[in-house]
Amino acid sequence: MKIEKHLLSILVDNEPGVLSRIAGLFSGRGYNIESLSVAQTAENQKLSRVTMVTNGDEHIIEQIKKQLHKLINVITVSDLTEKKYVQRELILIKVHARPELRAEILRIVDIFRCRVVDVGPDHYTIEMSGDEGKLEAFIDLLKPMGIIETARTGSIALGREKKKL
Amino acid sequence: MKLTGAQILIKMIKEQGVDTIFGYPGGAVIDIYDELENHNDLRHILVRHEQAAVHMADAYARAKGGVGVALVTSGPGATNTITGIASAYMDSIPVVIFTGQVPTALIGNDAFQEVDIVGITRPCTKHNYLVKDIKKLAKIINDAFYIATSGRPGPVLVDLPKDIMAATIEFEDPGKAKLRSYKPTYDPNKKQLAKVVKLIKKAKKPVIFAGGGVVLSKASPELTQLARTTQMPVTASLMGLGAFPGSDPLWMGMPGMHGTYRANMAVTNCDLMISAGVRFDDRVTGRTDKFAAGATIVQIDIDPTSIHKNVEATCPIVGDCKISLALLNELLAKEDPEEINGSTMNRQEWIDQIAQWKATSPQRFTQGPDVIKPQFVIDTLHELAGPNAIITTEVGQNQMWTAQYYHFDHPNHFITSGGLGVMGFGLPAAIGAKAACPDQTVVCVAGDGSIQMNSQELMTAIAADLPVKIVILNNRYLGMVRQWQELFYDKRYASTNMEMTPDFVKLAQAYGATGLKTDKPEDVASILKEGLNLPGTVIMEFLVEREELVYPMVPAGGAINEMLLV
Repeated sequence: MKIEKHLLSILVDNEPGVLSRIAGLFSGRGYNIESLSVAQTAENQKLSRVTMVTNGDEHIIEQIKKQLHKLINVITVSDLTEKKYVQRELILIKVHARPELRAEILRIVDIFRCRVVDVGPDHYTIEMSGDEGKLEAFIDLLKPMGIIETARTGSIALGREKKKL
Repeated sequence: MKLTGAQILIKMIKEQGVDTIFGYPGGAVIDIYDELENHNDLRHILVRHEQAAVHMADAYARAKGGVGVALVTSGPGATNTITGIASAYMDSIPVVIFTGQVPTALIGNDAFQEVDIVGITRPCTKHNYLVKDIKKLAKIINDAFYIATSGRPGPVLVDLPKDIMAATIEFEDPGKAKLRSYKPTYDPNKKQLAKVVKLIKKAKKPVIFAGGGVVLSKASPELTQLARTTQMPVTASLMGLGAFPGSDPLWMGMPGMHGTYRANMAVTNCDLMISAGVRFDDRVTGRTDKFAAGATIVQIDIDPTSIHKNVEATCPIVGDCKISLALLNELLAKEDPEEINGSTMNRQEWIDQIAQWKATSPQRFTQGPDVIKPQFVIDTLHELAGPNAIITTEVGQNQMWTAQYYHFDHPNHFITSGGLGVMGFGLPAAIGAKAACPDQTVVCVAGDGSIQMNSQELMTAIAADLPVKIVILNNRYLGMVRQWQELFYDKRYASTNMEMTPDFVKLAQAYGATGLKTDKPEDVASILKEGLNLPGTVIMEFLVEREELVYPMVPAGGAINEMLLV
């Protein structure tokens, strides 16, 4: 069967150890986590939202969703891949900025509508958000300049419909 | 009413209808043990090793059809319970394990006898808790019992820091447990059940496959009714033995690696399989692509993750086995009996085919005059102890021969470590079952290897006056591994030859039990009779044929109709 990428939005109790239960489920059963992002929800302090990108064939994805739902602290598991959704990811990129390349970097920053958040004598730190494709395209363009280091949040997403997930 | 943490704990255990707990004291649980002294109506069985406490609680839960409780101290007390917890988890047995913990202020400081037991047991419990606030204690205990016993049952661990047990609080009854994120599905989808009725009507070669879930949901009467009204032959997994009477003509025996020829042939050739409370373990299915390959598979299970996990179910039904089967029976009762009982589809041909398979390759052994066959011991034990005895086993050949030759008629009468396969389970399990059912005969069938893994519990049986009968099939080998070595590893018996075994008669005597022993076939019945009739704990040791094999056998990973027969 075909391996597919799935974007899951998981609402969980905001309690110690819950993330470890999810991570343990994935390592124990040999599932993959491509990215993971967790924070308390603004609408209810007792809940956290986990957004996860995972992959597997249809059969494995079905088990992943069921096994997640089986965890006592997991309230809902929503597979956004099957729905319409908006997805964002934030990246901070520290890149070499030699004088002859500065103008080019700023042009790229301008084209991608992101911004420089820190400047050093010979480096820029750039903040950029978007979906995965946009981030990858941006990174590819900066690679020739010499990327020093990066930090990425992993995807976060919400369904497009008005009702809650 | 102001209560200490320890008082709240004991009060709430008693409210669960538990009259016996199994445990071992230590520094971190000393407040609880001190409080236990005030409660004559809650019996505490002092074990000799914490692993045994959980096995006892497991078997107590199964024999009683309720929940089992174990209580141990922090650190090593807690880590010793892991095997017991993992076994209960694999077999879906409702057990609540209370572990002591160092005082909250010391947690994380590598204090004496501190261990992160909640972290360690996360993958082998249904859920677990660390109580950090006495205000949450009552609710957590309440939820723990609810989670352990509802849905697909399983072990729940509650870690109790010492200061929380000593602290005092105004007690508030948490009421009925209710969790936002945990709502097991009991009621099945009725449309799916209606489909099953149609499937039954047009099936030519149906089988019923029952598992541990039928036993756990107490659905044996419903299952038996279904089989008899539809005249569908029945097989059951190791965990499901006893869910359908072993003496019924529709009974085919267990399927899988050591299943009967007829059960494996029937499963392979059936056109409809109605499974209930099974998870299609690899020991049952063998090669999954050849397993019931031509059949429509109906799978009734309360746990959605069991469905489509190993075998694709054509007609999945998420729900409680008892409720689902009862509803199915109701639907069937409205139909024309001729269509339901198979007359229209001429199912007698299928029944005859199964009878023919049985005749071609019956489960059998030949007892000669010289050396005792282990199967003969089980066969004789079945004759003498009968269908009402509770039988526990260790793991290995002893377990398989018991499953094959003790034809269980009632649920919860065969108690074995099915999923995890724990050597050392049988003796403590027998003691736990005896605590639950003091008026029943409880027999542990053991091998000479496995009995040594928890033989210290002989002391518990004697001290707590829980007399159990232990049948040791002594072949001076780790027999099941030796069997694999003989068949698949050129008879290289790496580390399986146990020619040095203790004198089990003297071992029994050392603990104040009785020891009986024979190597003569003609003495098997008399020794068993004597041992079963003696009032106390008895070890009956039988020196058996050293190289006897468990047959039939499906080589690991093979299709189940490709069996090695005798």
